[in-house]
Amino acid sequence: MSDPDPMILSAAGAAPGAAPLTAPLAARLAPVGKALPWLALGLAVAAPWLLSAYDLNLLARFMAMAILALGIVLIWGHGGILSLGHGVFFGLGGYALAIHMKLADLPQGEIPDFMQWSGRTALPWWWEPFSSPMFTLLAVLVLPALVAGLFCWAVFHRRVGGTYFALISQALALAFATLLVSQQDVTGGFNGLTQFSSLFGFGLTRPSVVQGLYWVTLAIVVAAYLGLRLLLASRFGMLLRAARDGENRLRFLGYSPTPVKVAAFALSALLAGMAGALFTLHAGVISPALVGVIPSIEMIVWVAIGGRYSFAGAILGTLLINIARDSISSAFPELWLYVMGALFILVVTLMPDGLAGAARNLIERARAR
Amino acid sequence: MDSVALFLPQLFNGLSVASLYLLAAVGLALSFGLMRVINMAHGEMLMLGGYLAWLTLMVVPGAFGILLALPVAFLGTAAIGALVHMGLIRRLADRPLDTLLATWGLSLILQQAARDLFGAIGVEVRAPDWLAGSISLGDVVIPSARLMIIVMTLLVLGGIALMLNRSRIGLDIRAVNQDRMMASATGINVRKVELTVFCAGAGVAGLAGVLLALLGPVTPNAGQVYIVPAFLVVVMGGLGSLTGTSMAALILGLFSALAQIFFDVSIAQMLMLVLVILFLQIRPQGVVAVRSRALDV
Repeated sequence: MSDPDPMILSAAGAAPGAAPLTAPLAARLAPVGKALPWLALGLAVAAPWLLSAYDLNLLARFMAMAILALGIVLIWGHGGILSLGHGVFFGLGGYALAIHMKLADLPQGEIPDFMQWSGRTALPWWWEPFSSPMFTLLAVLVLPALVAGLFCWAVFHRRVGGTYFALISQALALAFATLLVSQQDVTGGFNGLTQFSSLFGFGLTRPSVVQGLYWVTLAIVVAAYLGLRLLLASRFGMLLRAARDGENRLRFLGYSPTPVKVAAFALSALLAGMAGALFTLHAGVISPALVGVIPSIEMIVWVAIGGRYSFAGAILGTLLINIARDSISSAFPELWLYVMGALFILVVTLMPDGLAGAARNLIERARAR
Repeated sequence: MDSVALFLPQLFNGLSVASLYLLAAVGLALSFGLMRVINMAHGEMLMLGGYLAWLTLMVVPGAFGILLALPVAFLGTAAIGALVHMGLIRRLADRPLDTLLATWGLSLILQQAARDLFGAIGVEVRAPDWLAGSISLGDVVIPSARLMIIVMTLLVLGGIALMLNRSRIGLDIRAVNQDRMMASATGINVRKVELTVFCAGAGVAGLAGVLLALLGPVTPNAGQVYIVPAFLVVVMGGLGSLTGTSMAALILGLFSALAQIFFDVSIAQMLMLVLVILFLQIRPQGVVAVRSRALDV
């Protein structure tokens, strides 16, 4: 593999510090590069006062998705595991919270309207525990990680990986979405679950709650970003990259790559589950159309655009793609699929390291001059 | 209801589903054996085959237009396969996961193009009268179109087996499959071999598209229905083995048809995935493994 040194890549965003800055251009650029993340963070914190309610809601959704993108950088960029099924974990988190909110809105002893339409008279047994907020929060965090860990372990412990894993994970996304659609009486079918009024007693339409939820989302993005950077700088991060670059060599050194890969994958699924739950809150809906094969692979393009090795790039890529998607697909819905198809082909063939890679090249070129 | 009367037609159904899985997967499996890449736009070759059949029948209506559609679809999709290989796959050599993504992008573009050109609802290919009826064997009634699918699959399978085992290009293919560098060192033009296999695989998927058109309307996402099971067939079959791929297609096709007696389609699909994952616990190398001493195959 011709990947540049991943240690440097993981630090892209802030310019790698070791080399002395000799060129004047680079010297002039360096403080700007250092200030940029803080400026972005400041703007993000102030967004509720800068944006209209509609735009703030969009930004909040995209921020939630960025949490998932961070997890994909972990497994795809640094672990070499391509998952085409992350929509499943996003969906598990989203549906867990959605079920809770559905139950919270119901008067005692009633069942949701879509269940009545399908002729059910009682709640399915697995809906019951979701009436507890504690159980729901736990489920949002644990369920995706658990499913992902088991799935990933079943494939990796037999040393099946690479392309095979990508194909199997895509089959998982297809099966999950089909199952959701077909079990309409308990999942809401194609329409999914929607129309929530409150979360843990807070009305979701109140402006203070909307702003608070945005900040919570932003805080989780920042925490996940910092946490993952720390993780990658640790011994675990080194083992993960080693498993990507030379799995058999790692085995010869006496390590088992499987637990490392499974842990990374489960962590990325946990992030995806949180992203799904937060997205469901902001968007007010979770449905099979958000978790199936196409959305799952769209998640990869967010990260591919930003740069698969760069956490900052993944956040930027997620925001850019989703903003573009929102403006293009509302005006020309047919055009969006062409754009996305072309993006996949162009990014992968022409700039495999994404925007972060392009930015780093620019910096290095400026320094070399 | 008599269980045998339910079981036998479904068994036959399973055979025809397995045939379609096989036709969709064989090109993927052979290219995967050679190049370790999966063409995610392979499903769109099925779709293109279907549309080519429809176009052929517009030009040549008649009872035997469908027989003409078969070679047209084969050549048409093989030509597009050549373009895909030269324009995309070859450029991304040694980056299998990136190939997956780039060809997925292509698949999206092809689907949307089909939607814009032919409409989202799809087009209907009317099966000729000699294929529209059914044949009854005792109690079991077999639709002729499904019989045709099985017969065509056997013919294609026989053709590929002959090519692999009795022809010069087949010898080259097997050599590259076993050891790419050694094959190249002995003077085999590896790129030509890869291109040939890729085109032939796309062509066979085009044939499958014609046969699919006999069963239902050709829609822009016609390929998507069969391609995910075809991927599972590749995973289960083992690297580049025709026998392994055929057996995996048979297992998954029959399993899915028989599971549908007891469960609805979506649960049958989930069970199929579970079956593949369980199978990998027992035989991670697939149904048939090409033996090799290499560590990183």
